[in-house]
Amino acid sequence: MTEKKRVPASRRYAKRSQTAEIWHRLCKNKGAMLGLLIMIVIVCIAIGAGFLLDYDKDVIGQNISQRLQHPSWAHPMGTDATGRDMMYRIFYGARYSLSIGIISVLIALVIGVTLGVIAGYCGGVVGEIIMRGSDAVAAIPSILMAIAIVSAFGQSMLNLMLAVGVTSVPQFIRITHAATLTVRNQEYVEASRCLGLHQWQIILFHVLPNCLSPIIVQTTLRVASAIISASSLSFLGLGVPAPMPEWGGMLSAGRSYIRTHSYLTLFPGLAIMITVLALNLLGDGLRDALDPKLKGKK
Amino acid sequence: MEENNTVLQIENLTVHYVLEDETVEAVNGINLSLQRGKVLGLVGETGAGKTTTGLACMRLIPNPPGVIKTGRVLIDGTDLMTLPEMKMNDVRGKEISMIFQDPMTSLNPAFTVGEQIAESVQLHDHVSKDAAYKKAQEMLELVGIPAERAGEYPHQFSGGMRQRVVIAIALTCNPKLLIADEPTTALDVTIQAQVLDMMKQLIEKYQTSVIMITHDLGIVAEICDEVAVMYAGSIVERGTLEDIFNNTMHPYTEGLFNSLPNIGHRGEDLKPIPGLMPDPTNLPEGCAFAPRCAYAGESCKCVRPELRAVSDTHFVACNAYSRKDFSIERSKPHE
Amino acid sequence: MLIPVILITSFIVFFIINLAPGDVVAQLTGGDATQEEIAQVRAQLGLDQPILIRYIKYLGGLLHGDLGTSYVTGRSVYASYMEKLPATLQLALASIFVSILISIPLGISSAVHQGSIRDNVGMVAALLGLSMPNFWLGLLLIIVFALNLGWLPSGGSDGFKSIILPAITVGTGLTAMLTRTTRSSMLDVIRQDYLRTARAKGVPERLVIRKHALKNALIPVITVIGTQLGSCLGGAILTETVFSWPGVGRLILDAVNSRDIPMVTGCIVLKTITISIILLIVDLLYAVVDPRIRAQYSKGGK
Repeated sequence: MTEKKRVPASRRYAKRSQTAEIWHRLCKNKGAMLGLLIMIVIVCIAIGAGFLLDYDKDVIGQNISQRLQHPSWAHPMGTDATGRDMMYRIFYGARYSLSIGIISVLIALVIGVTLGVIAGYCGGVVGEIIMRGSDAVAAIPSILMAIAIVSAFGQSMLNLMLAVGVTSVPQFIRITHAATLTVRNQEYVEASRCLGLHQWQIILFHVLPNCLSPIIVQTTLRVASAIISASSLSFLGLGVPAPMPEWGGMLSAGRSYIRTHSYLTLFPGLAIMITVLALNLLGDGLRDALDPKLKGKK
Repeated sequence: MEENNTVLQIENLTVHYVLEDETVEAVNGINLSLQRGKVLGLVGETGAGKTTTGLACMRLIPNPPGVIKTGRVLIDGTDLMTLPEMKMNDVRGKEISMIFQDPMTSLNPAFTVGEQIAESVQLHDHVSKDAAYKKAQEMLELVGIPAERAGEYPHQFSGGMRQRVVIAIALTCNPKLLIADEPTTALDVTIQAQVLDMMKQLIEKYQTSVIMITHDLGIVAEICDEVAVMYAGSIVERGTLEDIFNNTMHPYTEGLFNSLPNIGHRGEDLKPIPGLMPDPTNLPEGCAFAPRCAYAGESCKCVRPELRAVSDTHFVACNAYSRKDFSIERSKPHE
Repeated sequence: MLIPVILITSFIVFFIINLAPGDVVAQLTGGDATQEEIAQVRAQLGLDQPILIRYIKYLGGLLHGDLGTSYVTGRSVYASYMEKLPATLQLALASIFVSILISIPLGISSAVHQGSIRDNVGMVAALLGLSMPNFWLGLLLIIVFALNLGWLPSGGSDGFKSIILPAITVGTGLTAMLTRTTRSSMLDVIRQDYLRTARAKGVPERLVIRKHALKNALIPVITVIGTQLGSCLGGAILTETVFSWPGVGRLILDAVNSRDIPMVTGCIVLKTITISIILLIVDLLYAVVDPRIRAQYSKGGK
């Protein structure tokens, strides 16, 4: 009986293209829309901050006379120990957090998807080696791995991205591997093999597009956790070097004043949380929209 | 005297499933009554609202989306629809029990069959755990399973055995009414016969009234005393077994009989009912069967037929009988 | 399965740490050591040999159950790890406890009221736990409960009171995953026919959910709890830092910072083993919950 009730609904969607249908489903998800909206605002802030704020003056310029001001109209989020406006720094920090999150995940994406497809498509010894290696990397706590990498290669923004990226690689390997395995033996892949397509053509045009939805979802969610990882490293003093307004670093700096000026720890953390929450909401929404079968199971 | 013998009385029961942008009219104002110890066959196609009717009697319609719009369900004169949920739990399993269609999924895989039977006893008879378990073992013997298997889990039983367990669960507390929802549909034919036979014996032994939900007219002929034929959420014909089988009145009932293969006339083509049941979210204004009915006239399309008495026991809902000389093919004398 | 993972893991850690600029010798000897002194310490620690040989020697030791000694303290890695393990174990168990306490009721109520406001609020709450940086939550808790209200200590590890805040901090981070797992697992079970059978028996709705549904929904939940316990045992580095909790996490962090290769590698090997043991226990727990798995075990045992 249940099936029968659902029929008219799917009939209605059938007219739209697949992308439009996914978009439609996404639009119906309030959480995902909220996440998307917040992300748009944050991205606008990040871009706007680049144009409107003078990095040397507004963001890292010290102003001792204004130090440790509690939040007020002039400084809605207060000022830090060297008199820099927290709001400006947090707004500008969005540039760092977002780009670290996105670039590190892109690194992981490229490495992970390549290895995952190779492991899944070729199988055999190669696949086994890749998968076991991935298991081993996954067995090391990601924060520890990142700490080790940063301390090995030195403290810089690039190394931070690399460190955070590497820890996400196993995830991407695993999902691409799984998706490739299911796609590999489908008949349309067999068919294109029979048509004499090159291996890489098959991978590029048939295997990859069919792994796309789990990868998209994973990417969104991973950016969220990458932002947290990066700020964790900065918090431990291993992330972005000092004057740069990275949220985790600001938190760490504010920690010394936790007794008297708790807003210094409050606002950067809030910024991280809102960004990550938005990305998670969006990622969940995407998952539901891309795979309606999983709807409601999150 | 006769009043006292009525176990179940359903009055004007209407159940709808209210979905986001449509409403499924699953059951539309049906009336039924059942005497003690009688077996009523509720017959119809899949989706006719048989199961919904059964679940409504137990007040187990999943809500949302299911809503019991109107109607009363009286068990021994008590209206179940107005009982508080707590009282209703005492009715379920004690006064009314239900057997579900698929024995493979209707037992909880995480508990032994003994525990599952005993749970019912414990809930309703308020006895100790051990006593309940003893009773469970007795019940197992009764449905033809050795008592020592009570400690086993459902996955260790075959489909037929599981259905026996389900029946044992349903009958442990000796309910007044048993609702059996296609209890044998999912079983092999040979097992079907065994299970049916066993049920028949138990029903007679305990004088349980039964609503046998089925689409199998063979089963109906086998164990039912009365029959109600459902179509698109309404009862279209109701009567004794005799009335329905030998004095078929409704075109739909006729269609059901015609859909059965007849070994004596293998040369004859089957005469399936053309078309499909109407969309329950969008029932036609008139008779729901009219679009598929060979006898449908103009009035059938706009007037919804009422159930009317043909004899003391026989009721039919068909507008065609307002025409003086109307009769369906089946009731015309043969040869 | 365990051995190749240990091999590769220890290899990766060994080499990455080795790549790090500045080594332990500089820290041990201080700035004003002579060349000879440095060379002597290097030889003492075996650092004058090529890395591959050192790694092979290390593996040789591993085979005999010898995890080596710390470069810095000179104590056995195993002893140092075991010394810190109880604190980490305490924190891990307490955090899991907090997480279970929040997640399972939340997950169940979300599943039961699927699609309702309660469900949405529950899911957003779980997501919030996932979205909060752990160390930030820790700091907020310190601000509120230690600094402003003064109810609980802000760090250290003496007594029951001091574990509350760290446990909440770590536990909240675990909540998201566990709540979602509970919810989706319950959703799978809630539509099953056997719950209808239970209801038809007259089992009150509360019991239907808590007894009949929950027992069947537990397997994925136990899996998640197991993996989370495993990862907690690796040490919650950030939380331990925030609350100055003397656990394994800080041991490893300090070791990384001082390039104490045997210590880092050893800790990670031990952690991998601990996690495997936990997963084994989880496997056994499955059998307790699910009779079908139990049947398989007894068949395999014969």
